Amino acid sequence: MTKLTADFRVTQSVRLHKLYTLLKLTPADTSLELPEVMPGQFVQVAVPNAPHTFLRRPISVNYFDAANRELWLLIRRAGEGTSILAGLEEGSVVNLILPLGNSFTMPESAGSRVLLVGGGVGVAPMLYFGHCLRSQGYEPRFLLGARSEADLLELDEFRALGETFISTDDGSLGEPGVVTLNSALRPGIDRIYCCGPAPMMKAVAAKAREIGADCEVSLENMMACGLGACLCCVEKTVKGNVCVCTEGPVFNINQLTWQI
Amino acid sequence: MADLRVNIGNLKLKNPVLTASGTFGFGEEFSDFIDLNRLGGFIVKGTTLEPREGNPYPRMAETPSGMLNAVGLQNKGVKYFVEHIYPRITKYDSEIIVNVSGAKIDDYVGVCRELAPLERIRAIEVNISCPNVKQGGMAFGTTCQGAAAVTKAVREAFPGTVIVKLSPNVTDIAEIARAVEAEGADSVSLINTLMGMAVDVERRRPCLSTVTGGLSGPAVRPVAVRMVWQVAKTVSIPVIGLGGIMNGRDALEFILAGATAIEVGTANFIDPAATVKIVDYIDDYCRRHSVASVTDLIGCINQ
Repeated sequence: MTKLTADFRVTQSVRLHKLYTLLKLTPADTSLELPEVMPGQFVQVAVPNAPHTFLRRPISVNYFDAANRELWLLIRRAGEGTSILAGLEEGSVVNLILPLGNSFTMPESAGSRVLLVGGGVGVAPMLYFGHCLRSQGYEPRFLLGARSEADLLELDEFRALGETFISTDDGSLGEPGVVTLNSALRPGIDRIYCCGPAPMMKAVAAKAREIGADCEVSLENMMACGLGACLCCVEKTVKGNVCVCTEGPVFNINQLTWQI
Repeated sequence: MADLRVNIGNLKLKNPVLTASGTFGFGEEFSDFIDLNRLGGFIVKGTTLEPREGNPYPRMAETPSGMLNAVGLQNKGVKYFVEHIYPRITKYDSEIIVNVSGAKIDDYVGVCRELAPLERIRAIEVNISCPNVKQGGMAFGTTCQGAAAVTKAVREAFPGTVIVKLSPNVTDIAEIARAVEAEGADSVSLINTLMGMAVDVERRRPCLSTVTGGLSGPAVRPVAVRMVWQVAKTVSIPVIGLGGIMNGRDALEFILAGATAIEVGTANFIDPAATVKIVDYIDDYCRRHSVASVTDLIGCINQ
């Protein structure tokens, strides 16, 4: 898969929440041939006009529509870089490197029972993955976790793709408590895919072991290059330290050395 | 096109643009973005005698106009390089320079012996300046005696061009440069990263697992230009300049301060095509200023 650097224009900026903005992008060059983008992959975004933000920001692909030349990035305002990206106005241009990283492994058979678990901004890759699963005849189900109902992102989009379970810390929607307490996480699931804060992913990984489900997680270690050159974003695995940007971001939990 | 060829000892480069070790993988990582044959050469990741796992995560912290890293020379060892990577990258006609690291002098010599028979490795860069490993590395690069001892041993073990990469974390870098020149180094490259530190104030802990790390990026450029200028005045071997070069203008700053060639490092993380843009810029600059050869620019600042 050939990687490329290209300018993208912001066609729409949707403030989903005080912390989250959805950017819809399209290539600035209308003749640009877009590469195939796999679910779980990410892009490296150069932050424009950011005096203190030196490096690109790795952002996972929230949705990709090759036919309509549309790429969605869900941005969580964490620091200066992501705040500037979230504040980009429609019509502004950002430079991306894409597509980067590996992807989620497709389930073994159409009958596989799969659950896609997302927490916080970690729901981002699950939307595109759910879409890909759906379009290939699978029946994905989703489990989304958030502090409260107001913090749930893209709920309508998820519900359109499959049965969606909710956990909120305050119980304002779905079941109260963390996702690992949700009744959707029960024996009978063949494979779990998870993206969210590290403590959540570790808890889901432990639960997956407990119920005998295979489990892949998407990590977001800090990165510099995103190309496997700088060796900064390493994760300790059974094969030693490997780059999350090229060997990941998706890992089977059996490859990791997590104490779970 | 202007004549961009430069020589580093016996090493003939088609242009003065190299890549800094540890920022460009083995070149292949960038082949989707640029034609690697357009570079003067690429300096591959620091290679040690035995495989190294490097330091624990986190190894990187972004800083104003730069970044700290503490990778700690993660690599699969020289034998892996010779068997698996070297055969893959010889298809490029740019010079392939191996950055050689070690914890003791015998380690450097061991790596050199493995590399010496390789036809396409016409030059090595000897890393005596890594701030991120406990033993060796910078320990050799901060004293004249240490730097001289490594250079002498490597000079005997490697028949090709020997470039010694210097640490800026010293009182007088020109003195170190003179010491390695005296032991037969063909060139010096400078600067390696400047030792730095960053603190996560919310968590009240260092940003890096190793507490300190090496600072790179445009934040260090004025320091690097100054050191290149000082060293170029002192030694008669060619100087290779690096430190925060982001574009062609920055590269020319180093050449005008006395560098014969330059290395592009951290910029590769921001723009994977930075190197070839710099080659084009230097060519264009030479034409705009009616300079026939880039060598006419080396050290040409009016004072």
